[in-house]
Amino acid sequence: MNAAINAVGLGPYLFVSAALLVLGVFGIFLNRKNIIVILMAMELILLSANLNLVAFSSALGDLSGQVMVLFVLTIAAAEAAIGLAIVTVYFRNRGSIQVEDVTMMKG
Amino acid sequence: MMAQFVFYIFATVLLFSAAMVITARNPVHAVLFLILAFFNASGLFLLAGAEFLAMLLVIVYVGAVAVLFLFVVMMLDVDFGQLREGFQKYAPLGGCVGGVLFAELVLAFSHWQMAPGRAAPLAAPGLTNTAALGGIIYTHYVLLFQACGLVLLVAMIGAITLTLRERVTGRRQNVTCQHARTRADTLEMLELNLGESVAERGGFLRPKGSYNEIAVPGSFGLVPENPKDDVASNKEKGA
Repeated sequence: MNAAINAVGLGPYLFVSAALLVLGVFGIFLNRKNIIVILMAMELILLSANLNLVAFSSALGDLSGQVMVLFVLTIAAAEAAIGLAIVTVYFRNRGSIQVEDVTMMKG
Repeated sequence: MMAQFVFYIFATVLLFSAAMVITARNPVHAVLFLILAFFNASGLFLLAGAEFLAMLLVIVYVGAVAVLFLFVVMMLDVDFGQLREGFQKYAPLGGCVGGVLFAELVLAFSHWQMAPGRAAPLAAPGLTNTAALGGIIYTHYVLLFQACGLVLLVAMIGAITLTLRERVTGRRQNVTCQHARTRADTLEMLELNLGESVAERGGFLRPKGSYNEIAVPGSFGLVPENPKDDVASNKEKGA
């Protein structure tokens, strides 16, 4: 379907996507206390999933993968908005965004 | 050849900026590197032939989500040095998990072959990417598309409800009160003779308290019980 993905091949796309996923997971471990960076690492993970979907969709000549990317983008945007709203409210109540304190919200 | 060259440039910058996102000391820099990562990912999308999604990534992520992150990072006055305390402590564990995950993915991808019978393309050939995508979204995936709109609506309402706060100084519009208002309630015609000052006639009428006193939460800014008395007392003061 597409000349460029034939020139590059599916493999490099999958490699980049895997590396991006690993960087995202590593970022969650690395920034255990900073919830904003954790949210950004989650965006990276979702981006790697999108990259995978686009690469497969292009390699197989099937556009369903790109439609799925559209939906993942929507969910990611909604998640970022809600997550940042929760962070803002938490900061307003507690004066910090230390994720470790969040256990106090348990009933 | 050219496509490969461009691909490797985009991929290298993407992975570098993703690494900087998770290791940057300053969260503002992290957000800026996130924007760079999204730009390069959209370049990779373009190379794969998904032009519409590439543009969508730039518009939605760089234009909305990344700016939202930037806004929150700059709005919250957080001590970010304190948040990096566990950085070294968790790095080995994260490195182990990440390394194992990466090894697994590489093993899986390197010994993987495409099945011969593959799905037939849904869209008609000869269309641009955007037109073909639109043709699929509005026919096969129309329910999911509507559900996406619903998700965005719920997210919007949720975010607004979460962050809305009743300010003490906030003043709301009370439409009924505004409509019931007449000119006689608020204005008074004063005729001055030559050489006479306003102060001799009682001065100008002003709200008695400050605006902050008037705006009591939940009162819609309506505090004075009987404004006539206020006017009278003001006049007395002026006289």
